[in-house]
Amino acid sequence: MLDKNGIAKRIAQEVKNGFYVNLGIGIPTLVANFVRDDIEVEFQSENGILGMGAFPFEGEEDADLINAGKQTITALPGASYFDSATSFGMIRGKHVDLTILGAMEVAENGDIANWKIPGKMVKGMGGAMDLVASAENIIVAMMHTNKAGESKLLKKCSLPLTGVGCVTKIVTNLAVLEVIEEGFKLIERAPGVSVEEIQKATEGNLIIEGEIPEMEL
Amino acid sequence: MITKTVKNVQEALKGVENGMTFMLGGFGLCGIPENAIAELVKLNIKDITCISNNAGVDDFGLGLLLQKKQIKKMISSYVGENAEFERQMLSGELDVELTPQGTLAAKCQAAQQGFPAIYTPAGYGTEVALNKETRMFDGKMHVLEEAYKADFAFVKAWKGDTAGNLIFKGTARNFNPCMCGAAKITVAEVEELVPAGELDPNHIHIPGIFVQRIFKGAHFEKRIEQRTVRQK
Repeated sequence: MLDKNGIAKRIAQEVKNGFYVNLGIGIPTLVANFVRDDIEVEFQSENGILGMGAFPFEGEEDADLINAGKQTITALPGASYFDSATSFGMIRGKHVDLTILGAMEVAENGDIANWKIPGKMVKGMGGAMDLVASAENIIVAMMHTNKAGESKLLKKCSLPLTGVGCVTKIVTNLAVLEVIEEGFKLIERAPGVSVEEIQKATEGNLIIEGEIPEMEL
Repeated sequence: MITKTVKNVQEALKGVENGMTFMLGGFGLCGIPENAIAELVKLNIKDITCISNNAGVDDFGLGLLLQKKQIKKMISSYVGENAEFERQMLSGELDVELTPQGTLAAKCQAAQQGFPAIYTPAGYGTEVALNKETRMFDGKMHVLEEAYKADFAFVKAWKGDTAGNLIFKGTARNFNPCMCGAAKITVAEVEELVPAGELDPNHIHIPGIFVQRIFKGAHFEKRIEQRTVRQK
């Protein structure tokens, strides 16, 4: 079974040379730490930077330079700043190659819910609805089950939707799955996790074809 | 040459009234019009509708207006990090319209550029699209979103000149350029105000035509919301 860093490490393998990548808040942010040094990639933060770098050294924080999580960051050589309309133009216009974001629920048809728990948590969708509606390559990073142990890979989302039929791939603490017409296709198992365990933790239709390899991390 | 300079924030906010709709630039606390917000608190303008990506934190940014219950309605994409906001929203004191971030920017920009509405795929199939027109383009469903209508836009820039030309810094740019010229009156507060001719026209982000009033802010705290650092 993987921890959050393990999930991020596996997703980092999906980041290809020359990609522009948008990372959501939470586990997705960790992906940047695991991208191989020989891969050239630029991270986009939707508040208006391409070429986002690491956190600044202490004493070098700049109030005018933050990421979408409102954290102080740095800009790498070749970076650029732009306004919010331009930023979402990059996203809507499909210029961003890969979007990685967290989710509370994913349905077997690719629907995603990650912005609202009615009566409990109403913080807003931020840029998530724009990202999932336009990106063609969306990877969801999340735990396979919630804190109560219930599956987050469902037949149908129970929470208000963020987007419909948009998720293409999911990496959890247990498995890598692809969303295909018939449901969740199991691609890889996390180290030490059996197909049976994944089946038990998946409410939606799980498609298992042949031998399922273990992830190589 | 047309001069947009006003003396101070008091003069810049002349004409603001209870019940008006304001656009306010900024992302989190980054690039917010601090001086205009402080003056709105002082003037105790009530029943405000705010179009702003976020709602500040409890004791800074739009949180200051929330504390004094001056805001009637918030139009935002993300309103976390603010306990008073959550309390007012759950108790029904505050009307909240949550809008996808890119749609929010597009609705401001549409107002700036004279488009009555835009189509976007964001929010299709979700509660954001309820009671809105939808239409298919190239096999994909889109939602019709109307341009915002606002009385004042309050924006913050790094440098500006007396002609109203603006230059922004870093990610403090965010929604500010999209809101310039998107309201009846755009008020820009800047850290540095120079005579027209001193800024290189090649470097202007927003031409002065989109700005009606410009002033040098008396004070910028520029508070950092999440200070994250690494060790040397």
